[in-house]
Amino acid sequence: MTELALELIRVEYAYRRDVALRGVSLQVRPGEVVAVTGPSGCGKSTLLHCAAGILRAQAGTVHLVGQNLAELPEADRTRLRRTQAGVVLQFGQLVPDLSLTDNVALPLLLEGHEREAARRAALGWLERVGVADDAAATPSELSGGQNQRAAVARALVTGPAIVFADEPTGSLDTHAGEQIMELLLSSARVGGSALVIVTHDNLVAAYADREVRLRDGVIQHEVSLS
Amino acid sequence: MATAELVLGLLHNGPAHGYDVKRGHDAWFPDSRPLAFGQVYTTLSRLERDGLVEVVDRGSEGGPERTVYALTPQGREHLAHWLAEPIQPALGAVDEMVRKVVATIRTGEDASAFLARQRSSHLRRIRELKAVESDSDSSSWLVRDYMALHLDADLRWLDNALDRITEQKETSR
Ligand SMILES: Nc1ncnc2c1ncn2[C@@H]1O[C@H](COP(=O)(O)OP(=O)(O)O)[C@@H](O)[C@H]1O
Ligand SMILES: [Mg+2]
Repeated sequence: MTELALELIRVEYAYRRDVALRGVSLQVRPGEVVAVTGPSGCGKSTLLHCAAGILRAQAGTVHLVGQNLAELPEADRTRLRRTQAGVVLQFGQLVPDLSLTDNVALPLLLEGHEREAARRAALGWLERVGVADDAAATPSELSGGQNQRAAVARALVTGPAIVFADEPTGSLDTHAGEQIMELLLSSARVGGSALVIVTHDNLVAAYADREVRLRDGVIQHEVSLS
Repeated sequence: MATAELVLGLLHNGPAHGYDVKRGHDAWFPDSRPLAFGQVYTTLSRLERDGLVEVVDRGSEGGPERTVYALTPQGREHLAHWLAEPIQPALGAVDEMVRKVVATIRTGEDASAFLARQRSSHLRRIRELKAVESDSDSSSWLVRDYMALHLDADLRWLDNALDRITEQKETSR
């Protein structure tokens, strides 16, 4: 049996005032593309943050490439997250003062890769996503679409088993959004990464192999689209 | 269906055989049902009767497939009018979905199961429409875009409808 890229078992999460997840179970196979959809406030982002280990599930378990996040020591969890889970958020979330190259190299440097090798890998990815000409520029000098391309490169540079994208086209116009979606899908396919896309946009969800629809913190339905 | 007006549009760039009209139509709307030859010829002869097109060449042997048609000035005017007129915003062919949802609710069936199935079918279709490579000198992407955005509108309508139904159920409980 091949190991699942991600498995959530009855995950719960509540903020101070709102219960965001009420027992969500979900499996993502290697290389699979899953769209998590639902109206605003239904818990999509919370689900993504719990799955990526950014938030800690308050009940239930999260397995990332077979490892139970709650059972790992802090340092190992951070390391697993950094190497096996790429994250793309609505607004690139790049480090403002760093060049695109340094932004993309960062996850490798944090993993202790040698500086030149990390830069070379970063440049290779910037080329693949079509912003190699702007490698030396900082995020504020570039458009939202260009930054989002760099964010895709940064998410994939470590060759993660799974990429999490939270409304990755939310701040872009239709055309730039479509280009980012194509890029995310092709990049994930090349590296064999699974892809979990959180979106409220049907046109984005249509790219997935499967739709998981949330409502009020529970899964309303799961349907295959392939 | 505005087949007559489309045929006028297909003759806009110059005289053509019925065959060219059919081919032109199928190239303009590659995702729609191809225009049948029979329909092309009945449409052309009706347009001729009404003075909107004229025969400019019958070919040597005659017969409909040798005949070349051209727009008359009245035909050109009719086409311009048709293009200038906005369409009536009426319930179109998709109303079958509306009927099904109403019937689902009225018969007490599970509307959320309907939503799941309809989302799956609509999202697949949107994906197919987006997967077609658009070549730069073609207008077929316009039609595909139109369809994809309307499917999106269907899905949003369905979401709203089911949200309200669920709320009504919750408050009446
Ligand atoms: N940082 C936060 N602090 C407090 N409540 C939050 C926070 N983030 C989200 N919530 C609440 O949790 C619920 C789920 O939110 P979220 O996961 O962001 O949904 P979605 O991404 O689907 O819009 C909502 O009721 C929201 O108001
Ligand atoms: Mg969100």
